[in-house]
Amino acid sequence: MAQVTLDRVRKTYPNGHDAVHPCSVEIPDGELVVLVGPSGCGKSTLLRMIAGLEDITDGALSIGTEVVNDRDPADRNIAMVFQNYALYPHMSVAKNMGYGLKNRGASKSEIEAKVQEAARILNLGDYLDRRPSQLSGGQRQRVAMGRAIVRDPELFLFDEPLSNLDAKLRNQMRIEIRALQQRLGVTSVYVTHDQVEAMTMADRIIVLNEGRVEQIGTPTEIYEHPASTFVAGFMGAPPMNLMLAQIANGGLMLGGDTRLPFAAPAVATDTVLVGFRPEDVRLGGDGATMLQVEIIEELGAHRLLHGKLGDQAFSLSVGKDEAAALGPQPITLPQDRIHFFHPERGTRI
Amino acid sequence: MADLTQSDGVLSATTSRQRPRIKLRHIADHAILMAGALLMVFPVVLVLMTTSFSDADIAKHGLQLGFEGNMLENFEAAMFEASGFTKTITGTRMLMNSMILGLGFAIGKIVISMMAAYAIVYFRLRFATFAFWIIFTTLLLPLEVRILPSYEAIQSLGLANTYTGLIVPLIASATGTFFFRQFFRSIPEELVEAARIDGAGPVKFFIDILVPLSRTMIAAIFIIMFVYGWNQYLWPTLITTDEGLFTLVRGIKQIVQVLSQTGAMIPEYGKALALSLIAMIPPVLIVIFFQSWFVKGLTESDK
Repeated sequence: MAQVTLDRVRKTYPNGHDAVHPCSVEIPDGELVVLVGPSGCGKSTLLRMIAGLEDITDGALSIGTEVVNDRDPADRNIAMVFQNYALYPHMSVAKNMGYGLKNRGASKSEIEAKVQEAARILNLGDYLDRRPSQLSGGQRQRVAMGRAIVRDPELFLFDEPLSNLDAKLRNQMRIEIRALQQRLGVTSVYVTHDQVEAMTMADRIIVLNEGRVEQIGTPTEIYEHPASTFVAGFMGAPPMNLMLAQIANGGLMLGGDTRLPFAAPAVATDTVLVGFRPEDVRLGGDGATMLQVEIIEELGAHRLLHGKLGDQAFSLSVGKDEAAALGPQPITLPQDRIHFFHPERGTRI
Repeated sequence: MADLTQSDGVLSATTSRQRPRIKLRHIADHAILMAGALLMVFPVVLVLMTTSFSDADIAKHGLQLGFEGNMLENFEAAMFEASGFTKTITGTRMLMNSMILGLGFAIGKIVISMMAAYAIVYFRLRFATFAFWIIFTTLLLPLEVRILPSYEAIQSLGLANTYTGLIVPLIASATGTFFFRQFFRSIPEELVEAARIDGAGPVKFFIDILVPLSRTMIAAIFIIMFVYGWNQYLWPTLITTDEGLFTLVRGIKQIVQVLSQTGAMIPEYGKALALSLIAMIPPVLIVIFFQSWFVKGLTESDK
């Protein structure tokens, strides 16, 4: 078990493409950190650099107290779970799990004991002699986990391990992985593009966009205080409403003569981006702010109302018991849930 | 195709028990298959029957159907009687030589082409693609084209009349390299990475992961190459002048050239025919034995 430190770690491909801009993170012992971002944001590259599958262009990566930049993946004492499981198709489950130990020169009895132990933890006892092709997706995922566990690694790496599973199994495995990680207390880095996975599993989240770290924080921090419009839009479903407001006489004006009932923040620009999470906005109110509802989406537990506030798109989420109707509806925008962002840079104000 | 027709036949057999109705189409199918099989087998049967005649009969009447009493003698002579100019080579010796050539050829080709493909696919070599295309273009230069320089090289290395000289010049294989390259490229990248994390170096990865994964592919190529090597004629004729190194395919011709020892001064036809039948057996056995692997190797990849 160990802490992992990235000190200005950077990746530039030979063709000059900057896949990961200098990135510094400290992951304390036992923490599960989720790297999240859209496709091509560099999250997998960053993970693969930690694994040693990709060279680090610049910066220092330490696992424990040692810098491991130039160490082979096998010597970093890590274990990795791949998206397509990457099990050896010609080996039995037991052999798959024991292969890493065998290469390290562990004795037969030691391998046997560790594999049995992992199989017990993961409920794979009955499948040890089967081939991966004879297992279901969830079982293969467990075998991949088992292969990681038996090595007693200092660091688990997960590369979108759940994206090949169906929705139901994904929810179940998500909980299993989290429970297992907490029980074993192994430092983990988990890559996903699924913000629900990120929010539910992470101790801390690193949001990446175009190779840059947008924000590092606990799920609550990320959700409550997104550092940029990118984070605000990426984390949370439906995404945060972002409206471009003109600052006029200290007030905030949307197009169509709609005035927001808040004082403008002290900024040098003429405009500002105003953000509200759909679930923070309430239906009903004194009629000062009217939402023109155009579409109602029924989601069972709650409904989404999409419409226009002034001339800008706006969504809000209401409970299933609240009456919702099309047309102009009064809404309440709570003062304490407002977010301001810089209109050009997108950074939080 | 063969499988389909077969299962069709089984199906019609079971249904015909319930309803005695044989479809005309099936009769036609089977008639064609049987006619084809007979056509293929007939020459072999003809040769087999002819081996039961004496050399004199064969010389007089040519190949013939029917049975005489000389079959056992002819086969015995073919296998164990020393022949050739120097009287050193027997059928068993030739069979062994052919076996050495066939196995050495097939195994050598597989080992060389697997390693070449491994280097091309998995290592970041500077001119890997270029190297591959160079190897690939050697398909345009079969042995027949380069036979004189090959002979010259082997001769000057002093390898004429050795097994090494017989086998080594033949084992470079563009086809094999190509097949293995395509196969290796279809193996998911993650598998390589998982193996790296599991501490498998290049050699371990090759032996523990790639070779087992390629086994159906290896079997398929082994069959093709074994038969191909077994049937080699031109190169062995050129490079082996020592009769002790004659292969079956090459030796048969030699026997027909040598006149019979029985004083009749006619070629030993019976012995030659028996030998040519013997020469057919190992390739047939190999194909039968590896058949299921062969089909697997060509149709599915074990992933």
